[in-house]
Amino acid sequence: MNKRFFWLTISLALSISVSAQNRFFTKTGHIDFFSHTAVEDIKAVNDQVTSFLDIATGEMIFSVLSRSFQFPKPLMQEHFNENYMESEKFPKASFAGKIADLKAVDFTKPGKYQVKVSGKLTIHGVTKDVETIGELSVVGTDKIDGTSVFSVKPEDYDIRIPSVVKANFAESMKVTVQMNYQLYISKK
Amino acid sequence: MKYTLLLSFILLTFPLNAQNLNDLMAAESNDGPQSVEALFKATRVINGHSVKQLKKGELDFRISHRFGRVNSGPYEFFGLDQSNIHLSLEYGLLDKLMVGIGRGTFEKTIDAFARYNIANQQTGVGAFPITISYLSTIETIGLKWSDPTRTNYFSSRLSFTHQLLLARKFSKLSVQLMPTLVHRNLTPTVMDPNDLFAMGFAGRYKLTNRLAVTGEYYYVVRPIPQRTTTKFYNPLSLGFDIETGGHVFQIVITNSQGMREGSFIGKTNGSWLNGDIHIGFNISRVFTLDSKTKR
Repeated sequence: MNKRFFWLTISLALSISVSAQNRFFTKTGHIDFFSHTAVEDIKAVNDQVTSFLDIATGEMIFSVLSRSFQFPKPLMQEHFNENYMESEKFPKASFAGKIADLKAVDFTKPGKYQVKVSGKLTIHGVTKDVETIGELSVVGTDKIDGTSVFSVKPEDYDIRIPSVVKANFAESMKVTVQMNYQLYISKK
Repeated sequence: MKYTLLLSFILLTFPLNAQNLNDLMAAESNDGPQSVEALFKATRVINGHSVKQLKKGELDFRISHRFGRVNSGPYEFFGLDQSNIHLSLEYGLLDKLMVGIGRGTFEKTIDAFARYNIANQQTGVGAFPITISYLSTIETIGLKWSDPTRTNYFSSRLSFTHQLLLARKFSKLSVQLMPTLVHRNLTPTVMDPNDLFAMGFAGRYKLTNRLAVTGEYYYVVRPIPQRTTTKFYNPLSLGFDIETGGHVFQIVITNSQGMREGSFIGKTNGSWLNGDIHIGFNISRVFTLDSKTKR
């Protein structure tokens, strides 16, 4: 009986500690995109991005509400949601991927590490395989920052821009991602 | 003992396998109710207001035009020789409060309004079902007094409208109900009631992201049979919304000449059945005067 209890306690303790040490998350991640043309500059900012990072497996997952993008002009924001992203039909954009060269990162040692990330990016209901380079900076045992800059072409995701306003949009948008991860402690 | 070990092993692996990142994401991204936007493209359905609100710092310049009656025949080029214009400037003081002033050739009116957005339709858990706005308007008729010999008061030129706008969007279809009270300080004859109650019905159906059909009807409660010399009808209007960038272009057909509540609810004397139909259009151009980056 004692032995059983011992094993159960050990495994429970282990399972909790294992799950508690390798997951990092944020609910206030930052993503912005920028389009520059001679006609106008368009910039939108989203500071409510939810993301998880598993440092044991290198898995990363992002969830972005289209409605949370803030534009300088309210009408731009309405058009973004109504005419381009169709936010009612496709409320979220998401990314699920993996850090390819996880071994290059020493999570016990603070510092900056370049990583390759590849995975599936879903925007406007269209999923594409993407690959980009990002930077992980280990701040402490419970804090990791992640940044990346890449470009996204609206037409790859079936976002149609009518010819009348085509001059206002750059062919590809520069997307900047900045995540400040904290150690994830399950509420259960 | 064997079972315990097995159980321990299951326990050991359980949290890792059962809670993959997707499950965690689902648990954490439990977003609250989100408000539904863009029930209508423009601040007017056709003649009457829609729940579409100008946000803080947005200026809307509107030009509305109604031609004469289609049944006026070739001499008037089916109404196109005549015209009736309304110009207005409208501004979002707050995200929930917009005001406007306007001038119309019909009865030479000057008008002003304020509209407040009380609640918004939402999606998600615990969502509010409809968008509610309250509209209050004042109109002055600028025509010369019909009888200058009697004592005329400025207040006799005034009329007021109070209206609730209740709207809901069902994907491509938006519907709106408008219980309305119009008060006229002076009516053309004693037979006309000073207070008119009306119930408005409006709808929009999106054909594409930038093109929609709209319709608007007001049922006006009047004494039956009407004892006035002019017979008044309920205004019925149909239109197309075409959106191009900051412009919304509305092509309409309507039996009403006036474009403000006091006129189209109170004084629509055209009948669809007689062919008293006006072709017209509204143009709305929105400028952002106060953008968020400057705030």
